[in-house]
Amino acid sequence: MTGKTRDNYNENYLNYVKTQDPPTQHFKNCASAFGVGGLICCIGQFIRYMFEFAGLSGDELAGATSIVLIFLGCFLTGLGVYDRIGRYAGAGSIVPITGFANSVTSPAIEFKTEGWIYGMAAKMFTVAGAIIVFGVFSGVLVGLIYFIL
Amino acid sequence: MGSEMLEIALQFLKAFAVGGGICLLAQIIINFTDLTAGKILVYFMLAGVVLTAVGVYQPLVDFGGAGATVPISGFGYLLAQGAIKGAEKGFFSAITGSLTAASAGVTAAVVFAFIMALIFKSRTKRN
Repeated sequence: MTGKTRDNYNENYLNYVKTQDPPTQHFKNCASAFGVGGLICCIGQFIRYMFEFAGLSGDELAGATSIVLIFLGCFLTGLGVYDRIGRYAGAGSIVPITGFANSVTSPAIEFKTEGWIYGMAAKMFTVAGAIIVFGVFSGVLVGLIYFIL
Repeated sequence: MGSEMLEIALQFLKAFAVGGGICLLAQIIINFTDLTAGKILVYFMLAGVVLTAVGVYQPLVDFGGAGATVPISGFGYLLAQGAIKGAEKGFFSAITGSLTAASAGVTAAVVFAFIMALIFKSRTKRN
């Protein structure tokens, strides 16, 4: 990955890309990220209203909403649809919680061939593990600071 | 009834703007720094924790609704919120509060990913 030729190749390629049409590319990227990200959040808002209508509130409401979104993210990843959305939407599909679901499901399916324990189960946390590690650690710090203050 | 519908429509608009804005920010960072998806997720989650701890994220959630809770920074918000609520109850809940709040999301991701791995086969990436 980090070989000198590879770096040169990347540099040459990036220079080549720059000569082609960078402003449009940037704008298009950003517009689709904004649009798709916003749309996913609107779906989340819709699910939230549905559960609210069904009588849920507080932590249950927030929990149920994210569970449904995570299910959608996992299912669409399984179907191979989410990766296709991702190629178009970039950060718009990475940053929402569905992208977190995608980062868990995608390696789980891909590394199934390496076995259920060291393949599917262990590789599941390639990205999610990092999120949970830093999340729990910073969460404990916040809890301690608020407890002391 | 009419004003209620208007309020709901406005809330969708706010969710779109806030959620889209967070994704737009991530896309701009990706465009200019070559950060990978995993790192973006971790940084945005940490940003959510820090902004919640200093009290900036809560107003954004009040305004944007799902627009602020659906992005991964909302996961950080959930963790910090759980820790802050736990700290009010005592030392033990101050430590366990964050992961307790995040348990629904983590459990859902693990269970559904497991089920999908049982159902679906890895497909060759079509580029």
